[in-house]
Amino acid sequence: MTVLSARGLRKSYGASEVVCGVDLAVAAGECFGLLGPNGAGKTTTLKLCLGLIQPDAGEIELLGEPVPRRAREARVRVGVVPQFDNLDPDFTVAENLVVYGRYFGMAAHEAGARIPALLEFAGLSGRGDAKINTLSGGMKRRLTLARALVNDPQILFLDEPTTGLDPQARHLIWERLRRLTQEGKTLVLTTHFMQEAERLCQRLAIMDHGRIISQGSPRSLIAEHIEPQVVEVHGPGYEAWMERARSLAPRVERAGDTVFVYADDVGPVLKTLSDEKELAYLHRQASLEDVFLKLTGRDLRD
Amino acid sequence: MRWIAVWRRNMLVWRKLLAASVLTNLADPLIMLFGLGYGLGALMPAVEGMSYISFFAAGQLCTATMYTASFESMFSGFSRMHGQKTWDAILYAPLVIDDVVAGEIMWAASKAWLTGSTILGVVLVFGLAASPLVLLALPAAFLVGLAFSSVGLIMTVLARGWDFFSFYMTLIMTPMMMISGVFFPAERLPAALLAVAQALPLYHGVELVRPLIAGRFPDGALVHVLVLLGYAAAGYFLAIRFARKRFSE
Repeated sequence: MTVLSARGLRKSYGASEVVCGVDLAVAAGECFGLLGPNGAGKTTTLKLCLGLIQPDAGEIELLGEPVPRRAREARVRVGVVPQFDNLDPDFTVAENLVVYGRYFGMAAHEAGARIPALLEFAGLSGRGDAKINTLSGGMKRRLTLARALVNDPQILFLDEPTTGLDPQARHLIWERLRRLTQEGKTLVLTTHFMQEAERLCQRLAIMDHGRIISQGSPRSLIAEHIEPQVVEVHGPGYEAWMERARSLAPRVERAGDTVFVYADDVGPVLKTLSDEKELAYLHRQASLEDVFLKLTGRDLRD
Repeated sequence: MRWIAVWRRNMLVWRKLLAASVLTNLADPLIMLFGLGYGLGALMPAVEGMSYISFFAAGQLCTATMYTASFESMFSGFSRMHGQKTWDAILYAPLVIDDVVAGEIMWAASKAWLTGSTILGVVLVFGLAASPLVLLALPAAFLVGLAFSSVGLIMTVLARGWDFFSFYMTLIMTPMMMISGVFFPAERLPAALLAVAQALPLYHGVELVRPLIAGRFPDGALVHVLVLLGYAAAGYFLAIRFARKRFSE
């Protein structure tokens, strides 16, 4: 069953088209990732799907409701974790949940009954009376996640859920998000962390310049777009070695002072490296990051 | 009635910060009322058949209500909209920007009404009112609050920064206070200035409240009520219009 679908989605701001013809479909219970560099149009796409902004063209259906026309009705069963925390600084942790529940028409006792479970989920048990400004970045993020669950939504939208968090905090969020998919919730998240996309998402869409340039499972994207073996090489004399490597592998790229060699069989490449005592190298499996960089380029995005 | 959740959110915050909020909203206007009322009043004969402090109380009630409504809808509203992004968070829920605007206006008007009615309480306690008719100043104060909350919220949804409000306050609110019959009868003004005052909401608030304190039913009450309602309605629709534009970007 499809819980979110978009066809031919377009959105311009002034002369620049930020979303240029996006199609996507998300099935119930899956974790779907929108992957792309900064400015690719991920956040705008999410906002369009939520009915927060009006598309210039295209059709959206969220939980069976046409968006934006009946977006409000759809959002009754939707949770949102925004890119930047906007918890209510005037309220305590628990009050944030109760007040937010009220926006969904929940009485204080209804939201209140859910608070212990939500705080436990957020790893904030016993912190119900804490003020927001005493929480760490990771705690705020988890509370924002708990807030998005106050109405027990069927589908959760997360805009870069772990950006700015330290690894410990990030792993805890990942663990919680996996728990949510196990409970049957649908997750739609944007990210530019490959590791996050690989670990969490069953299906990914790579987005750049307002377009979806490829879609599929992390494994199928790797299989489809890139040779399975990678050797990264750097050190003095890497430029001369790079010229030799070109004849041994189908794809050789350079980024800064590092050479990336992609091939089905990197045996011959590794053999040449055993003679090069000056060069440091790393042999690894191709990852989503390699696909991402191949499809979106190695140029800096700001 | 979805806006009630927004109204309640603001009310809960206000309740938490009650002491500071009441002090700033009430201490200032009351100090003005007694300082100017008794101080200047001692030098003056009766104005329009009232003691000066009773005369000034009507103006001060409306002015304080106007300031509370404006500060709440502009400075506090902008902080919620722009600084804290509270509006954004609300809009992920099944509410739309119209609900947020309505909730903000109703909240600022409610808070302003509380300022107005507390000053009215002081007027009663000090025996400055002539008859129970003065209780009709309660709905009048709410109308004044509603008119200025709506207009204030237009400024809020148009503002790109805090400076924007200074223009409105310095160039519109302060001159309006001077010509609206707050400190002296507006009829003393040159005809052109009086006409300007009559086109603005504060004048009509004062024209409603002053006779009520003096123990008379105001002349032309319907016109005054309609002007205040007109500002409230126009402000509400314009604020929604500009807010929709701002939040669709």
